[in-house]
Amino acid sequence: MSVDVDTTDAKFAQYAHPERLVSTSWVAEHGADPGVVVIESDEDVLLYETGHLPGAVKVDWHTDLNLPDVRDYLDGQQFSELMSRKGISREDTIVVYGDKSNWWAAYALWVFTLFGHEDVRLMDGGRDKWVAEGRELTTAVTPRPASEYPVVERDDSRIRAYQPEVLDALGSVPLIDVRSEPEYTGQRTHMAEYPQEGVLRGGHIPTAASVPWARAAAEDSTFKARPDLEAIYLDEVGLDPSDPVIAYCRIGERSAHTWFVLEHLLGFDSVRNYDGSWTEWGNSVRVPIVSGSERGAAPENRR
Amino acid sequence: MNPGTEAQTEGLPESLAELVEDFQAVPATDRLQLLLEFSRQLPELPERYGEHPEALEQVVECQSPLFLTVEWENQTETGTDDTPVRLFFSAPPEAPTTRGFASILHEGLDGLSAAQIRDLPADLTERFALTELVSPLRMRGMSAMLERIRRQVGQLRRA
Repeated sequence: MSVDVDTTDAKFAQYAHPERLVSTSWVAEHGADPGVVVIESDEDVLLYETGHLPGAVKVDWHTDLNLPDVRDYLDGQQFSELMSRKGISREDTIVVYGDKSNWWAAYALWVFTLFGHEDVRLMDGGRDKWVAEGRELTTAVTPRPASEYPVVERDDSRIRAYQPEVLDALGSVPLIDVRSEPEYTGQRTHMAEYPQEGVLRGGHIPTAASVPWARAAAEDSTFKARPDLEAIYLDEVGLDPSDPVIAYCRIGERSAHTWFVLEHLLGFDSVRNYDGSWTEWGNSVRVPIVSGSERGAAPENRR
Repeated sequence: MNPGTEAQTEGLPESLAELVEDFQAVPATDRLQLLLEFSRQLPELPERYGEHPEALEQVVECQSPLFLTVEWENQTETGTDDTPVRLFFSAPPEAPTTRGFASILHEGLDGLSAAQIRDLPADLTERFALTELVSPLRMRGMSAMLERIRRQVGQLRRA
């Protein structure tokens, strides 16, 4: 990587891939360096406009990364056009940050990884930490000249799982459900009188362990230290970093946060994000689900 | 007026028709900016609600916390279909889109009569031409607000 790794935070050095994180102070110092592009990616489509890091570029998960007519991500040509428009080159070091403990930032990073953009990092603590530290925000948009970004075919095979693959994985590959407890047990589907998410069944995928995504985040929106993460995912859930694992949530955004933790902070060999998640699974005809707090067993024919 | 705008404003009270025209009139690139301006104009809650946030109903379909309530004009106990209704919203500054939706509804609906609010078209929130800019999922928050406003207005005590 052409841009130096942030070595100022002792916590980062413990992670499997410390080069995937930078601190807010590193961004304050290096955010404007040549070859560094800072991207804000939020749940709220207007938050960037209220004030953002100086020089930061906005990428919105709905309007930039998702396709409107197919439930899928951009293809290689569209991604190339997006990056060119944003003035980002293939060799650039991308630093992503966002609201809600970097949910959406992790999701954007995961999508960039589908296209094999090599050097993409998260700013630990995200937007909240930057704001809490009283650092500079601006509403001024710094124009970046359009870049040449190659057309790279999206590779879903390594870090993305489709529903048939998850069905095949039942009973052999551990699943992590990162939604809240009431979503996992199936207690929360919709409130009386109000259709909520349009999911027809509540519960979870059989065999999935419940680890709400936010357990990996500290109070200040940063990631917890490696020993604390290992206590959750290895000791408590029983995952083995050398085994494959699949994470899911409702639409794949919260599980991108957990994907980042397992892939980059704990260095698992094979982590996939099932972005169809519960909005696909809970609506699908003839796929098994489990309600209640037990993980449940794989269906007979899958064992 | 753009062609087609007439159909978008048909059957709307004047206050809302003007708002829809405003949003339809600006180019797509400026429409988000307009939504941002609305988000800054959402009135603060009156003190009596500020001290009792539990008196407001949460719209859980919104991605960020949004609370709302309605009352008869001048805080009268009872009203009729012709009595104007006042609307109150609360949303944090870090949720500008949600605040923007609330602010549009406040600007367009506050002071309308109960009957006017009851008779609003069900697709009202689609008429601001925001759907493709902010995504259908996010727009659901706004239509959920409208649904709850209508239900609450329906439940206000009648004379």
